[in-house]
Amino acid sequence: MAQTHTYDALVIGAGGAGLMAATYLQDHPDVKTAVLSKLYPTRSHTGAAQGGIGAALGNMGEDNPDWHSFDTVKGSDYLGDQDAIEIMCGDAPEVVYELEHMGLPFSRTEDGRIAQRRFGGHTKNYGEEPVRRSCYAADRTGHMILQTLYQQSIRKGVEFHDEFHVLDLIVEDGSCRGVVALELETGELHQFRSKATLLATGGHGQVWSTTSNAVTLTGDGLTLAARNGIPLQDLEFYQFHPTGIYDMGILITEGVRGEGGILRNNEGERFMEQYAPNLKDLASRDVVSRAIYKEIRAGRGIDGKHHVHLDATHLGQDVIENKLPEIADFCRTYLGLDPVTTPMPVEPTAHYGMGGIPTDVDGRVEVDEQGNTMRGLYAAGECACVSVHGANRLGTNALLELVVFGRRAGNAMAEYCAEAELEPAGEAPMEQAREAVETLRTRDSGERPADIRREMQELMMENVSVFRTQELLQEAKEKLVDLRERAKSIAIDDRRKTFNTDLTEAWETVGMVELAQVITECALNRTESRGAHSREDYPDRNDDEWLKHTLAFRDDGEVELRYRPVTITKFEPKERTY
Amino acid sequence: MDVTFTIRRYQPEVRDDPYYEDFEFEAEPTDRVLDCLNHIKWQIDGTLAMRRSCQTGICGSDAMRINGQNRLACKTLLQDVGSEVTIEPLMGYAVIKDLVVDMDPFFDQFRRVKPFMMNEGSDPERERVQSQEERERFDDTTKCILCAACTTSCPVFWSDEDYVGPAAIVQAHRFIFDSRDDGTAERLRILDDAEGVWKCRTVFNCTKACPRDIEVTKAIAEVKQAAMWGRV
Repeated sequence: MAQTHTYDALVIGAGGAGLMAATYLQDHPDVKTAVLSKLYPTRSHTGAAQGGIGAALGNMGEDNPDWHSFDTVKGSDYLGDQDAIEIMCGDAPEVVYELEHMGLPFSRTEDGRIAQRRFGGHTKNYGEEPVRRSCYAADRTGHMILQTLYQQSIRKGVEFHDEFHVLDLIVEDGSCRGVVALELETGELHQFRSKATLLATGGHGQVWSTTSNAVTLTGDGLTLAARNGIPLQDLEFYQFHPTGIYDMGILITEGVRGEGGILRNNEGERFMEQYAPNLKDLASRDVVSRAIYKEIRAGRGIDGKHHVHLDATHLGQDVIENKLPEIADFCRTYLGLDPVTTPMPVEPTAHYGMGGIPTDVDGRVEVDEQGNTMRGLYAAGECACVSVHGANRLGTNALLELVVFGRRAGNAMAEYCAEAELEPAGEAPMEQAREAVETLRTRDSGERPADIRREMQELMMENVSVFRTQELLQEAKEKLVDLRERAKSIAIDDRRKTFNTDLTEAWETVGMVELAQVITECALNRTESRGAHSREDYPDRNDDEWLKHTLAFRDDGEVELRYRPVTITKFEPKERTY
Repeated sequence: MDVTFTIRRYQPEVRDDPYYEDFEFEAEPTDRVLDCLNHIKWQIDGTLAMRRSCQTGICGSDAMRINGQNRLACKTLLQDVGSEVTIEPLMGYAVIKDLVVDMDPFFDQFRRVKPFMMNEGSDPERERVQSQEERERFDDTTKCILCAACTTSCPVFWSDEDYVGPAAIVQAHRFIFDSRDDGTAERLRILDDAEGVWKCRTVFNCTKACPRDIEVTKAIAEVKQAAMWGRV
C-alpha cells in the first residue's frame, strides 16, 4: 500500500547544500521538515572534497571579497552572474566562521587562526599573484564539512528518511507539491507532500567513464527537473579536473599544487610555464586540463601513455604527511607509490557540473528565460545553476556555494512555508511511477543496464569531454538516440522488492542517457570556446554572439534550446590569460 | 588472474536461510575488491545487493568482511587478499539482503554520545582561536567515516548490542579532546557507564579493522582515563 507523508519542507539529498538548508529550516519549529536521501547522509559526496573552501579571511596575507569575486568572474570566463558571485564571495567569510562555530576542525595557523592555502585561479589584487584563500582541514575539508553539518542536523533534531530514492516530482498547475520516492529496504512507493521542495541531489559525473564522482552521482535532480518541463542551464559546461589518478579518475586535490606541486611531462619539463606564464600550475582548471591534453597529444605523455606527472617530491615528508595525508594514502593504496619520493601519474577526470537547474539567488527554480519561478520548488548545490561558476568553476568555490546557497534556500523556504498553504496533489505521478517501476522490474529480456551505462560513458568521454568538434558532437548525438531507444527496453535480473539496487541503477542509467543527450545538444549548438567548453573548430570566445546562458528544455527525445543574458555588474569581459 | 569469490547471500524473498555462492571470473591483481563485486553485479548477477558510493574510501558505505577481516571493499586490492576471496556482511547487525545490513542501530549509538559541538559562550565574531597543538590533539579521531568496521569487529559488541561500541567512542573522543567544546562532563556521564567505555576489553580488533588507520583502542583508553578522573 502506498504511504503518504505530509511535511511543510522537503529536502532531497543530504550533502552539504541539503544539510545546510535542513539545519536552517529546523530552526523554524512551525516548519515541519524532512530530508530524503538515497544514501545514508554521511555517504554523500561532499565528503570527498579535499582541498578547501574559499573565503577572503586574510589570515595569511592581505585579501578581500572583491578580489575573490573578480577571480570567480574571470574563472567563469565571464559567464557567471556577477550579482550571485558578489553574494557568494561576500558571504564567504561569515559562513566559514559559522562552520568553525559549528565545530569544524580547520587546520590552524601558528597564531591559532583558520589556515589557508593557495588554489588555482585565486589571486591578489585582480590577478597579480596567488593568494592564500582556501580554508582547509588537511586534505579532508569536504569530509569535515559533511560530518559537521550532519552533527548539527542531529543536534537540531532534523528528521531523515534514509535510503529513499526519489522517482518523480509532483508538479501540478505550475507548482511543486511533493515527490514520489521508492523506499529501498521494502521496495514500497511513498508519496511525500510538501509546500516547498529543495533539490540538492549533487552532480552527474557518472555520465563520463573517467570520473572523480561517486557511482551514485547520476544527475537524478536534473532528470527529475527536465522530465517535469523545467529547463537545464549551461549543461555544455562540465569541468574536467586536471589531476585524477591515471586510469582510475580518483581525485588528487589541487591543494597539491597549492602547496607547491608541479606538473611535468615526459621530459621532466614544467610545461605549465608555456601555457600560463604568470600562475603556471595554479592557473584555472580548464586551462590546466587542456594543457595536459595538448602535452599528451604532442607525444609528451609519460611512457607514451595518457598521463603526465604531478611532482610533489620536493615538498618534503612533513608537508605531505600533515597537509596532504589523504592523497598520500590514495597513492599508497591504489598505486603502491609514495608521493614523498615518486611523482604521481595523473590525467584529467570528469569532476563537476557548472550547469544545472536554473535558480535565483535564493534557490527558487526558474522555468524560463524571463526568470519566472516555479512555486514550491528550490534547488541548491551542484545540481543547481545560480550561476556562480559560469563556464568554469574555481577550486574551493563548490564547497562555498553549498553552504552559502544551501543556507539562503533554507531561509527562503522557511519564509515561503510560513505563508503558503499545502496544495492538493493527485495520484497521477504516483501511478505513473508505479507503472514504470513495475514495467522495469518484470520485463523478461533486454540488454543489461550496465552495458548501456558503460557505452554511454565511453562515448561521452571520447566525444564530449575536454576538446570538442562539430563532428564528434554530431556523432555523439546520433549514437545517443540509439542508446536512448535501447535504454527503453533494458531488463534487470532482480525481480524482488527488497533493496533492489539493480532496479534503481537501471533507473539512474535511463536518466543519464537523457541527460547526455541534453549535454551534447547544448555543446553542439554553442559554436565558440569558453571556459570548460572548448571547441577546436571554434577556438575563440565570441562575446558578441555567445555571452549568454543556455536553457535546454527536454521534451521526450527533443531538446529545445533558448538563451538568456548574463548579469554583469562591475567586471566587463576581458581577455582571459593566467 | 582467475579468481573465485565466495559470497554469503541472503535473499529474503527467495529463501529463508542464508547461503554461500561462488563466482568465478578473471581480474587484475590491482583491481579493488569492489571492482570485482561491481563486475559480478553488472555482468553476472544483478540481484547481488551491496552498498557503495565514493569508491575511494571516504564515504564509508562498503565495509564488509573480506576473508574474515572487516575492510572497505574499495580500499582492498585483490593482490592483498589473494585469488580465493570470501565476502560476508558485517557481523552483529540484521542482514537486510546479501551484504546490506541494517545500520540504524549503529547510528542510534552514534547519536547517544551527543556527537556535536557543545559550546556555552556566545560565538565570537571571527573564528575561535585554537593552537596547532590543541588541533592536533584530536586530529586522529576526526578521520572517522562511520563505516562501522570497528564496532562490528568487536567481540564485546557481538555479545551485547547495547554496548555503545568503538565508533561512538571515537566520535565522543573527537569532541572531548577538542579545546573548543564544553560538553565533556555530559559525554563522560554517558560513557562512564556499564554499557559505555568500561565494556571495552582492549582486544584491539577495532584498531586493526579501521580503514582510516585511527588508533581506536588508544582513543578508547584516553576516554577511559578522562572518565576515571572526570576531566580531560
